[in-house]
Amino acid sequence: MSILVNKDSKVIVQGFTGSEGSFHASQMIEYGTNVVGGVTPGKGGNYHLELPVFNTVAEAVAETGANVSIIFVPPAFAADAIMEAAAEGVELIVAITEGIPTRDMIQVKSYLSDRKARLIGPNCPGVITPGEAKVGIMPGFVFKSGGIGIVSKSGTLTYEAADQVVKAGLGISTAVGIGGDPIIGTTTKEAVELLMNDPETDGIVMIGEIGGGMEAEAARWIKENPGKPVVGFIAGQTAPPGRRMGHAGAIVGGAEDTAAAKMKIMAECGITVVESPARIGEAMAEALGKVGA
Amino acid sequence: MNIHEYQGKEILKSFGVRVQEGMVAETPEQAVEAAKALNEQTGTEWWVVKAQIHAGGRGKGGGVKLAKSLEEVREKASKIIGMQLVTPQTGPEGKKVSKVLIAQDVYYPGASEHQEFYMSVLLDRASGRNIIMYSPEGGMDIEEVAAKSPDKIFKEEIDPKVGLQPFQARKVAFNLGLKGDAFKDMVKFVSALYKAYEATDSSLFEINPVLKTSDDKILAVDSKVNLDDNALYRHPDYAAMRDLAEEDPTEVEAGKSNLNYVKLDGNVGCMVNGAGLAMATMDIIKLAGGDPANFLDVGGTASAKTVEAAFHIILQDPNVKAILINIFGGIVRCDRVAQGVIDAYQNIGDINIPIIVRLQGTNAEEAKKLIDESGLQVYSAIALQEAADLVTEVLKN
Repeated sequence: MSILVNKDSKVIVQGFTGSEGSFHASQMIEYGTNVVGGVTPGKGGNYHLELPVFNTVAEAVAETGANVSIIFVPPAFAADAIMEAAAEGVELIVAITEGIPTRDMIQVKSYLSDRKARLIGPNCPGVITPGEAKVGIMPGFVFKSGGIGIVSKSGTLTYEAADQVVKAGLGISTAVGIGGDPIIGTTTKEAVELLMNDPETDGIVMIGEIGGGMEAEAARWIKENPGKPVVGFIAGQTAPPGRRMGHAGAIVGGAEDTAAAKMKIMAECGITVVESPARIGEAMAEALGKVGA
Repeated sequence: MNIHEYQGKEILKSFGVRVQEGMVAETPEQAVEAAKALNEQTGTEWWVVKAQIHAGGRGKGGGVKLAKSLEEVREKASKIIGMQLVTPQTGPEGKKVSKVLIAQDVYYPGASEHQEFYMSVLLDRASGRNIIMYSPEGGMDIEEVAAKSPDKIFKEEIDPKVGLQPFQARKVAFNLGLKGDAFKDMVKFVSALYKAYEATDSSLFEINPVLKTSDDKILAVDSKVNLDDNALYRHPDYAAMRDLAEEDPTEVEAGKSNLNYVKLDGNVGCMVNGAGLAMATMDIIKLAGGDPANFLDVGGTASAKTVEAAFHIILQDPNVKAILINIFGGIVRCDRVAQGVIDAYQNIGDINIPIIVRLQGTNAEEAKKLIDESGLQVYSAIALQEAADLVTEVLKN
């Protein structure tokens, strides 16, 4: 079953004809994702990558029946693009764009609160259900199909985790890159909850980083709703307080959002917490073995 | 982006927030001139000399002094300008002061007692909304107040659909125990402050203290303003307020090459693609027995050019005894990155410390072969644990 995206997802690309949009759209098509068209205002009526280009999301949805949109629009226009997709009934919006101003994202979050659309990201690598659909910028070959769900704030660290899971003899049901910004559409807890309820997911890898309280929230939810083994890693154990580590959201602001504090809460909630990022795959295989025994 | 107190106050004032008036000076002579001008403008007969650096706790380090005459202004300004100011936030090496703010004395006696409050505006990440956080316990460290008397910290959440409402501003003023003219002035102050926060795309306003003067005026005595880096393109005038002298020179240089670099104190440098993996790499260096010398994200495309720039940045740090390059090749092919590392290594010439290159992902095997056959003093690895073990090994030698 998997979560969020599968072979029936009909995907449009907003920012389709730009260099990022073009490149990753062709990669997604090559992977086998059902990309049905794209949106670039002012270029409607043309064809790009042998697919129709529309001026508006409304037109694209009406013509193609798209239910998923991936956004490569530059930061200054990205909030508008997300709201457009939500307004036209797109169910899942995956925003790859990095660098959207926080004030814009406050508006977006408020706008989405009474609409049915789910937002993943922004500033994320996207979502992949191996063998079915890649709606993102991740290298598809790393993700082999299987029973482990991955939730992560980071891009390359997600690939690292997936690679380790696969090399440990397991595979991926769905990997969700939720994004590294202070305001994101889908929280760690929400993604974990989706995976916990997915019959095809047997175990969950949860990767967080310094800053914010999302991992603690997810951990407390897991404690109340156990059922599948969860392996957790928090990046930034060595990060100094008050300094931003690349991601806009990766900053230690208080005692509660350090890596150590998060790891403690996660362990107390029954999550297998690994100190070393090299042990994620191994720990998952061990955790599954224990549950099976 | 951080800005100085005097710049923050300029911005606040432009939105109608009343501030403690002041003028910036870079020499004792300018300080005296500023004091005279302030006397004409505000009637103040005492002045406060305030060091302008990007760090809090300046008073504790001797960077804020009251001057009761023009002679004292000159004397205190000449002591503070040029000093290496150490505060709880600067680290033991402190920060060099090159500017002072000469500010009016706002603690003059009058009909009522003056009172200090705390107020900040910031994003509450859990709700995705801005909040105004305030407390009647002003002038102290807010962390201290939070620990000792959490019931004295109030929060007002702003609904982005409608913005700050008048009832909310009144609530703030009531909770601070104000009456009469001071109450009215606080309502105005809060409204103007929030308007400024939104319009400037700030990520933090912290005003500590907010003062009720003895004649019932409300004003900002200090200002800490952080601007959202992602929104600076909308505010070229604020972007121009950036003071490069306040930043680490290597970090500034890295920024010019589009590298995201943060200097740390350790002995193992690292170069990684992606922020999350970069933090994880710092962690694994620590577990391997080293200490990370930096955070460095080379971004999505690790070309020979970016790798070379990153080498230059890391090698400027004399504490670096080894470098770990950790690239997960996805869209970027590892063999290309490996070639980039080899080219950069040869271009730079005398790199006298061990380099560990861990390349995983697309064409990782080919990349390892390229490195191994290059004849360079470079260790190669594919699995992350292998790389960690190599770090341990080279640190032993």
